[in-house]
Amino acid sequence: MSPTARDDATRVVLDAPQIQRALARIAHEIVERNKGVEGLGIVGIRSRGDLIARRLQHEIARLEGESVPIGAIDVTLYRDDISRGADHHLVQITEIPWEVDGRTVLLVDDVLFTGRTTRAALDALMDFGRPRAIQLAVLVDRGHRELPIRADYVGKNLPTQRAEEVLVRLSESDGVDEVAIRPAGPRIAAVPGPGGESKQTARTTRARRA
Amino acid sequence: MSERTVPSAGRSEPPLLVAGGTLVDPVARRTRRADLLVRDGVIAAIEAGISEQLPRRGASTIHRIDATGLLVMPGFVDIHVHLREPGFEYKETIATGTRAAVAGGVTSVACMANTRPVNDSPAVTRFILERAHAAALAKVFPVGAVSLGLAGEQLAPFAGMYDSGIVAVSDDGMPVMDAELMRRALECAKMFGMPVIDHAEDRALVAGGVMHEGAVSLRLGLRGIPAAAEDVMVARDIALAGLTGGHLHVAHISSAGSVRMVRMARAAGIRITAEVSPHHLWLTDEAVTDYRTNAKMAPPLRTEDDRQALLEGLADGTIDCIATDHAPHHKDEKDVEFDCAANGVIGLETLLPLVLRLVEHGVLDLPTAIAKISSEPAAILGLPLGTLEVGRAADLAIVDPQREWTVDPSQTFSKSKNTPFEGWKMRGRAVYTMVDGRTVHEERPAGTHAKAGEAEREARP
Amino acid sequence: MLFARPHLLGLEGLTAPEIDFLLDSAESFKEVSEREIKKVPALRGRTVVNLFYEASTRTRTSFEIAAKRLSADTINLSASASSAAKGETLTDTARNLAAMRPDAIVVRHPSSGAPDLLARHVDCPIINAGDGAHEHPTQALLDLLTIRERKGRIAGLTVAIVGDVLHSRVARSNLFGLRTMGAKVRFVGPPTLVPPGFSELGAEIVWDLHEGLKDVDVVMMLRIQRERMNGRYFSSLDEYSRLYCLSADAVARAREDVIILHPGPMNRGVEISSTVADGPYSVIMDQVTNGVAVRMAVLYVLVGRRKAEAESETVDSEGGAPVALAAASPRRAATGE
Ligand SMILES: [Zn+2]
Repeated sequence: MSPTARDDATRVVLDAPQIQRALARIAHEIVERNKGVEGLGIVGIRSRGDLIARRLQHEIARLEGESVPIGAIDVTLYRDDISRGADHHLVQITEIPWEVDGRTVLLVDDVLFTGRTTRAALDALMDFGRPRAIQLAVLVDRGHRELPIRADYVGKNLPTQRAEEVLVRLSESDGVDEVAIRPAGPRIAAVPGPGGESKQTARTTRARRA
Repeated sequence: MSERTVPSAGRSEPPLLVAGGTLVDPVARRTRRADLLVRDGVIAAIEAGISEQLPRRGASTIHRIDATGLLVMPGFVDIHVHLREPGFEYKETIATGTRAAVAGGVTSVACMANTRPVNDSPAVTRFILERAHAAALAKVFPVGAVSLGLAGEQLAPFAGMYDSGIVAVSDDGMPVMDAELMRRALECAKMFGMPVIDHAEDRALVAGGVMHEGAVSLRLGLRGIPAAAEDVMVARDIALAGLTGGHLHVAHISSAGSVRMVRMARAAGIRITAEVSPHHLWLTDEAVTDYRTNAKMAPPLRTEDDRQALLEGLADGTIDCIATDHAPHHKDEKDVEFDCAANGVIGLETLLPLVLRLVEHGVLDLPTAIAKISSEPAAILGLPLGTLEVGRAADLAIVDPQREWTVDPSQTFSKSKNTPFEGWKMRGRAVYTMVDGRTVHEERPAGTHAKAGEAEREARP
Repeated sequence: MLFARPHLLGLEGLTAPEIDFLLDSAESFKEVSEREIKKVPALRGRTVVNLFYEASTRTRTSFEIAAKRLSADTINLSASASSAAKGETLTDTARNLAAMRPDAIVVRHPSSGAPDLLARHVDCPIINAGDGAHEHPTQALLDLLTIRERKGRIAGLTVAIVGDVLHSRVARSNLFGLRTMGAKVRFVGPPTLVPPGFSELGAEIVWDLHEGLKDVDVVMMLRIQRERMNGRYFSSLDEYSRLYCLSADAVARAREDVIILHPGPMNRGVEISSTVADGPYSVIMDQVTNGVAVRMAVLYVLVGRRKAEAESETVDSEGGAPVALAAASPRRAATGE
């Protein structure tokens, strides 16, 4: 599928090289803060957080020559706002094929917004065991928190209006690496159309509710 | 066949002129423009231009109905109706049932014996006639039971019931499984010139079925009733009619096989007549989809092939008449699991448009279609009704053939609402119904009639 | 949104993408049952009523576990249909239940179409857990999931369903589901139990077991109900078993990688020989696991969505997340509901 048909008002805030540099920097910070990668595990939040998690795993391996165990979770079943994210998309598989107990878990998402997704992810992780610590890494922090949650590693702090949309696209899923901001528009008018377009909207939704 | 005399109300009302209408004559099988004069409850004259001559004849007080653009027909004769009284007054009474009848242009009904108590005695027959007289709407002709209590064991007293006024015998709803009893019924009924009305279903083959057996019943997982359940019974009773020379009338014929056998039997000279219901003519087992209990009846709605055979049988005269099998049931008997739902549908108020639809679809011409609900069924019961003839009772249905309306169960005159035709767009409606020259139903112009109908219903106790 | 229906009354009429959606969801839910803490808060505070007019420990337990793993509260109501017939009608029961405001009703009833009737009288999702000889959609979904897992696909497979098809809701649901997913369905049994009318519904009819199993990918055995073998449909259980007991011999006619499904409980030696039941083709334990996953998926999809719809209207005023409107509207537009 092609990237969203772009209207003029959409503005790219991170391009591919910038994304790459941000992730490389985060990888450095992670290794530094944890004094290596001993006892570390990475868990990406589906979908896109898991893609970023894989990239971080790769960056860390380049630095440390070691492959950190990785997993992915779908937090849909833990959300307090199934209603809000009302796109009743497919619940995807959660896979953490290693013991969470005693590890430092690096939780990874694409966008940090209200904090509700992170809250759900924390609950989900706790159901898998008792991690020694949980850290949070995000590509973009766009502000507007509704819960007392902050990220340990941030690719870019992005001041936004609450109603604006932050669109994260990654080559693995969208064919291109970029982060863009789209101003608030007439929300309902923006979405009619066949499957392709509504799917796009669903993705946008996921990025925004992070 | 000997005709029975039908008592007429014979009131002295001013003469009534139905002027400017098109008369539908089911006997001559033609239509013509003519005026019709009613005097003392009977048809006094049928001529073109009576309205111009009248002043010269000196009739000063004369009621007049302008029938311009309307069809003037004999009142309809429905020989298969369940009025439910005595015993099941919560479903229908003789008063509400005959009110529904005249609203549909039906001026005579034959009512089935499966009441409580069963109409298997002169006392019950007389009770029904008394109630019908009190209601003073459609004429009611009771059908007596074949067997005491519809139990299928001992014959009911045909002679006593005949003297009290029955016009036929039937264990409708409880098919006579004992072939010998059926034989004796045909023999005895023959003495009185009455037909035995045959609800032809072999109960062993019905075997607890609740709809027609076929792809639809298999899809819905409902127990099926094969068409053969009807066929074997029709075959048996044709043989018995041949044996006895009695008059067999096959009620609500529903299968292609039965139609074929009736055709053959008639060709062989057996005294056999048959009726079909409007729902079997217009619906198939597909109507049961979604477990719609208003599509549940016995015999069940069958396949499109069967339906086509019924239309053919009607067109070639194998099937003599159309009768509603009006079978009112309370909402609580229908709003249940399909297996538990009562059998039957109401039909008096939708009969006419569903018959006119046959004309629209080219199955029958108009006079023949009307004959199927007037002169033909009257002839089966030997009643001097259902014709437009000078000297005969002025039982009339004056019909607006273009009137369009939508079936709304909440608007029925019948106490029950179990119609499978809910929401159907109908064309044609009786605007005046007369029994013995008396207007017993009058349809207000479109838009106002609903209110009028409501008022009338509220006025009833 | 790929499943916009308010109820799950049967598989008839569902589209292939809808069935795929339910199976895909079920696959994700399987993982929850493999965790140490086998519970997610998705349906916290929701109430699921199990209304069973027929005893069925197996299906009821499966639904109950599914609901509990989603954190829903469950209420089990059992009634024998015969005692119900004397007293409260199903319609009355429906009205009373509706007053308790359940979030879903799972219903098992001996009358075909009873869930449809219920759906007309209450406004919460109805999940058919087996109605008369009509449908048992969650059983068929778990069969489909088992087949898909074992075979990697459903389209193009040939599935033989053996036994008392006439009275089987499992057979019907599987017929509808398998055909929609592109499989061929063969009904195998005597003409009294496999009437030829089924061919109009798209099944191939074979009376001979050995011929019926020829080259099939999947054999689905139906449980034979002893009370049906009363001399009307078949002379006796022995006679039946003589012709239709699934022996190793008969299985040899099928493809080498054939799998055998049975909705349980099995009548060993009657419809299935022990050798076959315990043999390598049997996937009966997969079916039990998949049963819970499928029922979790169905409950979540119907009840979770309902929660979404009930609240989405108030989202804007709460100022919570305007995305709900944007996300909800295309789904409605796409499904036309
Ligand atoms: Zn009858």
